[in-house]
Amino acid sequence: MGRMIIDGMPVEFTDEPNILSVIRKSGIDLPTLCYHSELSIYGACRLCNVEDERGRMFASCSERPRDGMSIKTSTPRLVRYRRMLIELMLASHHRDCTTCVKSGDCELQNLAKRLGVSSVRWGYKERTHEKDFSSPSIVRDPDKCILCGDCVRVCEGIQGINAIDFAHRGTDAMVIPAFNKSIAATDCVNCGQCRVVCPTGAITINTNIRPVWEALADPDVKVYAQVAPAVRVAAGQAFGLPKGENVMGKIVAALHRLGFDDVYDTTFGADMTILEESREFLELFEKGGPFPLFTSCCPGWVSFCEKRWPEFVSHISTSYSPLQMLGSVAREYYADPANNEGKKILSVAIMPCTAKKAEILREDLKRDGKQNVDYVLTTEEMITMIKRAGIRFDLLESEAADMPFGMGSGGGVIFGNSGGVMEAALRTLCDGPERPAIEALRQSGVRGLGALREFTFSYKGNEIKAAVVSGLAEADALLRRIKNGESFYHFVEVMACRRGCIMGGGQPGHAGFRTKEARKHGLYESDVNTQIKKSNENPTALAIYDTLIKGREHELLHSHRQH
Amino acid sequence: MTQKITSRKELDILQGKFREAVKKEPVRILVCAGTGCQASGSLKVWEKMHELAKDTDIVVEFAREVWHPHVHKSGCLGFCEQGPLVRIEPLGVLYTKVTPDDCEEIIESTVKKGEIVSRLLYKNKITGEECFNQDEIPFYKGQTRVVLKTCGTIDPESIEEAISVGEYQALAKALFTMTQAEVIKTVLDSKLRGRGGGGFVAGKKWQQVAGQPEKIRYVVCNGDEGDPGAFMDCSIMEGDPHRMIEGMIIAAYAVGAQEGYIYVRAEYPLAVKRLTLAIKQAEEYGLLGDNIMGSGFSFRLHINRGAGAFVCGEGSALTASIEGKRGMPRVKPPRTVEQGLFGKPTVLNNVETYANVPQIILEGSDCYRSIGTENSPGTKTFALTGAVRNTGLVEVPFGITPREIIFNIGGGIRNDKKFKAVQIGGPSGGCLTETQLDEPLDFDSVKKLGVIVGSGGLVVMDEDTCMVEVARFFMEFTHRESCGKCVPCREGTLRMLEILERIVAGNGRMEDIDELRTLADLIINTALCGLGKSAPLPVVSTLNSFLDEYIEHIENKRCPAHVCQKLKRYTIEPEKCKSCSKCARGCPVQAIDGKPKVPYVINQEKCIKCGACIEACPFKAIYVA
Repeated sequence: MGRMIIDGMPVEFTDEPNILSVIRKSGIDLPTLCYHSELSIYGACRLCNVEDERGRMFASCSERPRDGMSIKTSTPRLVRYRRMLIELMLASHHRDCTTCVKSGDCELQNLAKRLGVSSVRWGYKERTHEKDFSSPSIVRDPDKCILCGDCVRVCEGIQGINAIDFAHRGTDAMVIPAFNKSIAATDCVNCGQCRVVCPTGAITINTNIRPVWEALADPDVKVYAQVAPAVRVAAGQAFGLPKGENVMGKIVAALHRLGFDDVYDTTFGADMTILEESREFLELFEKGGPFPLFTSCCPGWVSFCEKRWPEFVSHISTSYSPLQMLGSVAREYYADPANNEGKKILSVAIMPCTAKKAEILREDLKRDGKQNVDYVLTTEEMITMIKRAGIRFDLLESEAADMPFGMGSGGGVIFGNSGGVMEAALRTLCDGPERPAIEALRQSGVRGLGALREFTFSYKGNEIKAAVVSGLAEADALLRRIKNGESFYHFVEVMACRRGCIMGGGQPGHAGFRTKEARKHGLYESDVNTQIKKSNENPTALAIYDTLIKGREHELLHSHRQH
Repeated sequence: MTQKITSRKELDILQGKFREAVKKEPVRILVCAGTGCQASGSLKVWEKMHELAKDTDIVVEFAREVWHPHVHKSGCLGFCEQGPLVRIEPLGVLYTKVTPDDCEEIIESTVKKGEIVSRLLYKNKITGEECFNQDEIPFYKGQTRVVLKTCGTIDPESIEEAISVGEYQALAKALFTMTQAEVIKTVLDSKLRGRGGGGFVAGKKWQQVAGQPEKIRYVVCNGDEGDPGAFMDCSIMEGDPHRMIEGMIIAAYAVGAQEGYIYVRAEYPLAVKRLTLAIKQAEEYGLLGDNIMGSGFSFRLHINRGAGAFVCGEGSALTASIEGKRGMPRVKPPRTVEQGLFGKPTVLNNVETYANVPQIILEGSDCYRSIGTENSPGTKTFALTGAVRNTGLVEVPFGITPREIIFNIGGGIRNDKKFKAVQIGGPSGGCLTETQLDEPLDFDSVKKLGVIVGSGGLVVMDEDTCMVEVARFFMEFTHRESCGKCVPCREGTLRMLEILERIVAGNGRMEDIDELRTLADLIINTALCGLGKSAPLPVVSTLNSFLDEYIEHIENKRCPAHVCQKLKRYTIEPEKCKSCSKCARGCPVQAIDGKPKVPYVINQEKCIKCGACIEACPFKAIYVA
């Protein structure tokens, strides 16, 4: 608690961890390239330097605010230094900016413009390193790296993977996987958080836009899309719409205009996942274990478990993820000549997630050697396609998703938030009057901001111990406690990305605290506005059990994962 | 099995015993086994001496096993220029440049008969007098050896000898007669300042660590000496490891640390070997480990070898390296005293700082402050290298002038050349010129001159040194050794180096000077760690003192010292040329043309400045300008 003077203006501070936070709170957007409030302090970019009244210069990210302190944030000297720092970074950066995928969205480029860097005095960096295309999810381009270390710290600190780290010294320093292996040869789980925090084009999404465009233009191919819950609350902002606004109707309209024949809602798949997973859980609960049961929706988590905790793989639900559910059921649907109109079918999933690009390639999720979904496009790629086609997204009239897979419950839509899968699953177990029971569950602790949330749920007089965890480092710690017998749960939801799919690796970056909250509320709001709250009350989902997949649930809806 | 010491009295008894044992040795032959002398072949001398001494019946064997070989390897005596050095006790005679062939004569004359082999004595360069013992040699006369007192006179591989000269007495005094607070107060009062470069008051660090709420604490010794040309810490670790270890244990006692680490460069294998041995010996005697000397205080010491990164000398990079992480400085706060090694409060001092501690505890802070200056008390060791006659390791009181060090102790400039500058503080320092040589040398005075004392490298440069090249050399060093974390250091040093390379290659522009200053200003003010902040200092300091040399390189494409290869001009003096054509035939790029009876001419466009023509010319007709 205290008061400090920032550029002559008094500013109160409370528990801000550093001066930078106080400066930003006071309404000054001090530039940084290596600071993220959720990551450890790194102090490498030196852009957040400020001056105190004695002219002493220090990085505001790493200094605590003190009562009575007086600082200046943009003296001519500071501005000059900042410009030079950007200039130095640009000098060692492969500057094919105009054709770079990150152009327009690049923080380095934006800062150069903002700070008025109009020329670069020193050398031009030629391409010296090969791009790494080994991962289906991300592309590494070391020549674009400015060594801010954000990716290293998110991979280590938040995800606990350590797939990449610094190597070499001085100007030779690089962020690479150990022994300069390809990223695919590491323990990378494809979560894409590194690319979310990457300020430049050094780590980008491995895009599948091109084959999808080609299929859309091909009259002999029928292309259908499914849109995940988290996409609808993240896409609008790119088109000037309010943060977190549910723009599902516009997305459907835009995808139709792009040429998708059918646009479905992955929420339908989510309901099916819940139907299968909650049944699986109840069977296990009645049998008495072995506990816990882990959710299976998140491919980053499944990959992490396989790589780091193989002893727990058998505890992961075998139910398909929502994407696979819809993909598998739609395959059956389009197998009918009445539905495929004699055309080839191409299945596209619009996801907030880069790990889904890897999930669709998994052998255990293929049927008859064929993928259930052909391509995953991330939210970012979908935005790119809409913009490229010149569609005025903001002016579009909303359209409803196509049937028969266009309808989902409120439980299905909150899947995109950390805790959403658990909440949806437990909703199906609520008995008694619906509204109060759902409200009680909402208040139970399943929702919240913590990376780990533990709570209990009462089912037919029995207590279900449940946990919700997001971020793999946190999950890692949880698994260790479970293994050591320090913690016990019946049911655990794991999402690889902090806060769940709304902050997935395929979502638009630059999301601050307010954006994250807006996306979260956007999904909860959609639930409020939905008539059907429980997945097991989704009539279209229930209907296919008696028609499309009758008697083939295990074949069509469950993974035959090896463990 | 050695009996552990369990009380202060037992230490005293042992000291007396060992002293007697050393005294009983009729003749002690100490062969310097510092790295410098080893490089000039002292181990061969030792072997030979050892062999000869075996057959020499003068040696008295002791009742106990012969743990005292009569020929000893000693620590660095400092006078590396004249190595290998051999000292004969109790005569006190010091022989210089001894070869294995001299050994027999030494044994026959000096050891057996007490006669001096005068050709092996050091001769005063000015008076021509022979110097019989160490103290008569001007190199030693000007020094005040406190930290290096026993370095070179005892066998560093024998704890018994260390105990015999009173080492571990300060530890006993601290453990048995002083409280932790008293130890800290004594060190505070002594105003002992860190010898690693920054000059931070050591007692303050100790006090801050002792005041932390966290009870697990560490004591860490920085032995990652990486400045080009510096070997002070190396010599202490190799020559008198127990003194430094004693200082560390005292520090641990004062701050309540249970574990300590010595971080040594892996490039110092001898230091590692001797420290390992010293720790083992100290543990055997109960001077380290559990319940030290029966006092109830326990402290364990570990050695950690650095992998050769200069930046690991920076505190937070060093602790990261010990933890097994990448040696990269982190932002401060929190400082090392709050959250250092493994996130615990840590005392991190340099080798020489710890080596000063026993002296302070033993003789009190007043006595310590009587040496040196008001705010920089005590002595400082320097590695005197470069174009000076007597290179080597010297220890001088603070407040001495650089002139005294270079011209009295160092014996002036080699080959009677003219003094140009002395680089102080290594790659983080700068150079002092002729006019600054009479300023006192202490932490605060040199700071005013824009340089730092640093860890103690003194590189003397004569008129044949190109200062732009010196700046380029140091910039290349810091650029290579930058960890690559913060932008100004990583990218800024690269660009400064590029500019300097351009200038020494004759492609400089006048704007380059401004650009160098601009970049230096940026790096000094914005870099993350001390290494980065000080990286441009060699350039700034040469720009300030030798701007004319820079301009000469840029405007006239001329290197006044004839050092910069690309600016050399090879010319044939027509008067001396006999048109023999040898130079033309020797030229690998056919840059020399000529006809019989007409002087040959070098085509400057084609010349690659390889120097082959100079070697080929029998008439010395070709010169470089």
